[in-house]
Amino acid sequence: MQRLGHVHGPCCRNFERGGGRSGMSAAGDQVLTAEHVLEYPYSRSVGPVIGAFLTGLRDGRLLGCTGSGGRVIVPPTEYDPETAESTGELVEVGPEGTVTAWAWVGRPAPQHPLDRPVAWGLVKPDGADTALLHVLDTGSPDTVSTGMRVRPDFLPEGERVGRIGDIRAFVPAGPAGRGGVG
Amino acid sequence: MPAAPAPRQGRRPVAVVSFAQAPNVRRDTAHNEVELLLPVIGEVLGNLGITKDDIGFICSGSTDYLIGGPFSFVAALDAVGVWPPKSESHVEMDAAWALYEAWVRLQEGDVDTALVYGFGKSSMGDLGKILALQLDPYVMAPLWPDPVSLAALQARALLDHGLATERDFAEVAARSRRSALDNPKAQVAYDRSADDLLGEDYVVAPLRRHALPPLTDGAAAVMLAAGDRAFELCERPAWITGIDHRVETHALGARDLTSSPSTAKAAEVAGVSAGPVEVVELHAPFAPQELVLCRALGLPVDPTGAGSTSVNPSGGPLAANALMAGGLIRIGEAAARIIDGRVSRVVAHATSGPVLQQNLVAVLEGA
Repeated sequence: MQRLGHVHGPCCRNFERGGGRSGMSAAGDQVLTAEHVLEYPYSRSVGPVIGAFLTGLRDGRLLGCTGSGGRVIVPPTEYDPETAESTGELVEVGPEGTVTAWAWVGRPAPQHPLDRPVAWGLVKPDGADTALLHVLDTGSPDTVSTGMRVRPDFLPEGERVGRIGDIRAFVPAGPAGRGGVG
Repeated sequence: MPAAPAPRQGRRPVAVVSFAQAPNVRRDTAHNEVELLLPVIGEVLGNLGITKDDIGFICSGSTDYLIGGPFSFVAALDAVGVWPPKSESHVEMDAAWALYEAWVRLQEGDVDTALVYGFGKSSMGDLGKILALQLDPYVMAPLWPDPVSLAALQARALLDHGLATERDFAEVAARSRRSALDNPKAQVAYDRSADDLLGEDYVVAPLRRHALPPLTDGAAAVMLAAGDRAFELCERPAWITGIDHRVETHALGARDLTSSPSTAKAAEVAGVSAGPVEVVELHAPFAPQELVLCRALGLPVDPTGAGSTSVNPSGGPLAANALMAGGLIRIGEAAARIIDGRVSRVVAHATSGPVLQQNLVAVLEGA
């Protein structure tokens, strides 16, 4: 199929069809297909706190921030999730941490981070008082448990661009784990 | 004319006077949203012998993400009729929050009736993708965690903290689907034992198939009336004597998933504990969430339903869970039991957002 036109905007449609003719005519099976281009053509700043967290990921580091009562929040937020007070300075945490909850996905969806069976996990990095959501690449549901020690498996330096996917997955901490900060 | 019970919130007593819902089905390919709503709107007005001219305010709840077109909800107004124009509003949430907006609107005192409706053809989209888009856009949504996976994390936390067992999840599912046998609008109803259900495979461990809500195409509508107008329209209005909603942080890892402080706070404000709860309709799409909500509401936690409070006699969202209508249906099902005289005091709950992030609690009473 070849795109015949491209109109940006939420309410616009452009039509496609098979074959070599142009326009909205139906293909041989008389089924008209329409491509609906829906996009959000803006770029926006992620702000001083999430921005610092994502920059930290690019540098292979995990950052949190101090919240009310001195607790450390990861990922950092501009305000404390419980008290709504402004949060304080950024602090480095982890990189190792402890699994506080997990769920085993035997059949990941195409959009999921890994294309093989994987666990979702809440990981509380050392020095943090909240948990981070990510995938746990342990290979099997028999090798994941609440309380297990894990560490982030970062993409190699140069492939990291400052997004949550810069962490490929969390993996078991210690010599058994693969990869590392590149 | 009897007197309406004094509401805990607001100055003006407001009641549910009529409720209707479409048959809940897995995939309705024969009707678009307007066609799905038309008979529901007709029934909710017809129950009272009124027409569109008798409606003071209209509020609806749905999500444009199912169709993938902004402002697609506007077209649904055709089910009511757009001329002459009526004051109208919409929430991109479950229609239980549209009911809340209508309740606030009725407090103004210049209109006496409000139509609330919600609809969702879940079959139009991939909820695993769509509902990931309601998460934090920087640190969560890019990973595409789906609602089943997040509910499974919550279930794991309950198991790890000794607050539930996998058998409890199965008992909730078995009881709910058994109750649904008496609900002609239910989508999933069966009589199977918890033992039988525990033989199913995991979808996302520790959740088996039975602990998940069905994907549902459905729609529902409620009529609200204030003050004396409620008694004119309905012999036994279901008075909303308490209503409140609260939200928790979107930072999932900063929440204790084994509890629901937002539900507890809403229940406290709505006055749940001020009297006996004969029936509670809980919007707990995943079986483990019923246990979390019962604790938060101060109700006995009994997955088999042996307690003095009847939990989800309609079958609840495990029997049918149309996106953006499922919460309103909880209010409607609870209210219907007041209106038909079966009970006198009920509690309805609705949820929105990931893993019970936001919760609405309403207490309804007969006069």
